[in-house]
Amino acid sequence: MENYLPILVFALFSIVFLVVTLVAARLFRPGGALFKGASATINDDPYECGNPAETFAHDHRFSIRYYLIAVLFVVFDVETIFLFPWAVQFDRLGIFGFVEMIVFLVILIVGYVYAWQRGALNWA
Amino acid sequence: MAMLESLRDLVGPAVFDHAVSPLIKIAVLIFVGILPLISYLVLAERKILGFMQVRLGPNRVGPWGLLQPVADIAKLLVKQDIIPSTAIRWAFIVAPCLVVAPAFVIFSVIPFGPAASQTGGSLDYFVTDVNVALLFVVAMATVGVYGIILGGWASNSKFSLLGGLRAAAQMVSYEIPQGFSLVIPLLMAGTMSLQGIVQAQFEQQRWFIFQGWGLGLVAFFIYFVAGVAETNRNPFDLPEAESELVAGFHTEYTGMRFALFFLGEYANMIVISAVAVTLFLGGWHQPFPNAGWAGFLDLQWIPVLTPPLGLVGILWFSTKLAAFLFVYIWFRGTFPRYRFDQLMELGWKWLIPLVLLTIFGTGVWKILQ
Repeated sequence: MENYLPILVFALFSIVFLVVTLVAARLFRPGGALFKGASATINDDPYECGNPAETFAHDHRFSIRYYLIAVLFVVFDVETIFLFPWAVQFDRLGIFGFVEMIVFLVILIVGYVYAWQRGALNWA
Repeated sequence: MAMLESLRDLVGPAVFDHAVSPLIKIAVLIFVGILPLISYLVLAERKILGFMQVRLGPNRVGPWGLLQPVADIAKLLVKQDIIPSTAIRWAFIVAPCLVVAPAFVIFSVIPFGPAASQTGGSLDYFVTDVNVALLFVVAMATVGVYGIILGGWASNSKFSLLGGLRAAAQMVSYEIPQGFSLVIPLLMAGTMSLQGIVQAQFEQQRWFIFQGWGLGLVAFFIYFVAGVAETNRNPFDLPEAESELVAGFHTEYTGMRFALFFLGEYANMIVISAVAVTLFLGGWHQPFPNAGWAGFLDLQWIPVLTPPLGLVGILWFSTKLAAFLFVYIWFRGTFPRYRFDQLMELGWKWLIPLVLLTIFGTGVWKILQ
């Protein structure tokens, strides 16, 4: 377990680094007074090619085609988690383990082929 | 060294070995290794792209443009700092940090050089080595995705939102072939510790890219393609496509927060390359360790490097890393951008079946051995 301690130290170090960077940027940036005129107009608006924005992104509904992708992703990603320990223990599991994994993969591939046939992987 | 010894006595050996010593290493790694590397990678990219397009690239600040990174940092630091009035403030601020922090943390498990037991010295040339290192890398790399999606969402700009959505779909899709392709070196090595994988390549006398009937090469190819897509680099840079989305998920970002996104992207490039070097290219080992004619590659004839292995290892690791980073830049100078449906098709319909076949083939290869 003590091998993980340096990772924690590293994480804390990164966070401190980020905080220091952002605080430093706050100190060095031009004061608000200098840019007051600009701020009052459209400087603080989201970018809209220089025009005053009529609406904002959160006012709209975007068609998200990612719902199916996300579901498929979860299935495959969980599978990755199963494959990792299997690969590490491959020698010990031997042919039995290999066949078991093929069975597991075939079940998954059937679902994958079904999704493909139904057009879930087509973007257009 | 004497100072370190007395510090060790002061805080006690346990605290020293697990907190102070890593902290020193981390500070050196970040401030001497990664941050300068990233700053000069940006310069190198602009220079190389310049040469590829028959231009000079940056050449005004310092000799050969070498002080350009310093000028860039100074400029970014004093830029006006805008948070759009309609943005979600806290998410807008947290997002770039979420990209940088995980990329940094991954460096803690990358084996840049040999362990103390291998050199006979007292210094490990890496921060730590855990037995599920590869899983840790994959997990941390996933966290970075949230930063980009959050940044795109929090900006409340149409361009950013589209960029963030694209990033979500793309990074999620390419994570699957990437995760799968890591299984192949795992199968070949039989361990998840990155230091262990490097050692396995040394013992098998073969880099994993050349191992197992060329299957290693296929796995490497898939890993690298997916890695380029994961880092949103050309030809997969749709989330930030300048010409259509005006920098995509970081359209609204200015000054230091923009710099952090930039930093995160380049740190991720280095992470992907470092993992590729570790898994497929023999890590910190020299090429042809046992071939007589290649004996000079151990670099022992350079006087500074005579304490065996340690610095030589780091040198070889950096060389391989640099080669990878060059390929990234080369890609950018060469390939046009994918269309989004082509991108998804490549990921889901080509890479996934290919990588599943490769895993199957590697299993057969393992059994026949």
